[in-house]
Amino acid sequence: MQESLDFLIQNRIQVFSIIGSATLIVFILKLIKRKKLKEEYSLLWLGCGITFFLVSLFKPLLELVAQTLGIIYAPAALLLVLIIGAFFILIQFSVVISKLSESNKNLTQEIGILKAEIKNLEQKSKEQS
Amino acid sequence: MAKEKILIIIPAYNEEANIRNVILSLKKQDADFTCLVVNDGSKDNTQKEAESTGLATVIQLPSNLGIGGAVQTGFKYALYNNYDYAIQFDGDGQHLPSEIPKILEPLYKQECDSCIGSRFVVKTDGFQSTFMRRVGIRFFEFLNNLLIKQKITDSTSGFRAYNKQAIAFLAAHYPTDYPEPETIILLGKNNFTIKEVSVEMQERQGGHSSISGLKSAHYMIKVSLAILMTAQRAQLRR
Repeated sequence: MQESLDFLIQNRIQVFSIIGSATLIVFILKLIKRKKLKEEYSLLWLGCGITFFLVSLFKPLLELVAQTLGIIYAPAALLLVLIIGAFFILIQFSVVISKLSESNKNLTQEIGILKAEIKNLEQKSKEQS
Repeated sequence: MAKEKILIIIPAYNEEANIRNVILSLKKQDADFTCLVVNDGSKDNTQKEAESTGLATVIQLPSNLGIGGAVQTGFKYALYNNYDYAIQFDGDGQHLPSEIPKILEPLYKQECDSCIGSRFVVKTDGFQSTFMRRVGIRFFEFLNNLLIKQKITDSTSGFRAYNKQAIAFLAAHYPTDYPEPETIILLGKNNFTIKEVSVEMQERQGGHSSISGLKSAHYMIKVSLAILMTAQRAQLRR
């Protein structure tokens, strides 16, 4: 008992990141279930959550990553993973926004044309009657 | 053969001071064409002013799209209603209706797909624009030469005529903001021919220019990036 408590105290950052990433994964899954988040846009989040969870859980994996990248303090590599993930998600946002504004523009144009068309037709039918 | 249908596309954003006169002066020309005002979500009385003339079809966009989005609406309208030619004509009184035949003629003669009314082909007496704007225009001239090997001197001119093929193409592909210089590259890249003819222009008669101050830096960077990217993209036709 004492042993495992010592382990927890010595590896607080690891414990926090395991809990944090697990919470993230559960939260994202709940959002999908409640249809607040589309599957398509959840993939990157889940990917990030799972990656983060894995590197938090297996310390040697994190140490390997840190060593490969030349990072002396292993938990700093954890932050790097987090930042890279956040970056990808933000870029995805920009892409989605661009797509949305394009379809928004098309809708606006078509609505404008349709409105003018309706007005035109109304006028014609008035003239006929 | 049926008479050729010509559409004048007039993008207008907060142009209540000018729009009426622009429409009236256009209709004074003998040429037979339809005026289409695209009211780009104006916050003033542009809509009422334009409609009150009874001489123009007015499209009201529910929100502001920017000049490119407004002009493209005109191309879509032209495409759906089977127009043969479309002319882009500013709603601020800068362009002269009497110059329209000049930019239409090369299209009639099938010399090109698109014709730009330019202030710089030969020095004209009319309005020549500010110094900084001319520096920017020079830079785009250089880019045009480099990227599509067509010499276009007045990239920012919004006084243009297009034939049917160009209308159909631009209805599907048209840049949203600051579209003029980018469109030249877009058309050139897709094997449309562009010609420039000399026209006179006037200084704005009221309202405010869409580009000034810090915005011009943003303009140059955005347009240069857009031009370079357009040149990198694969051809969309032919």
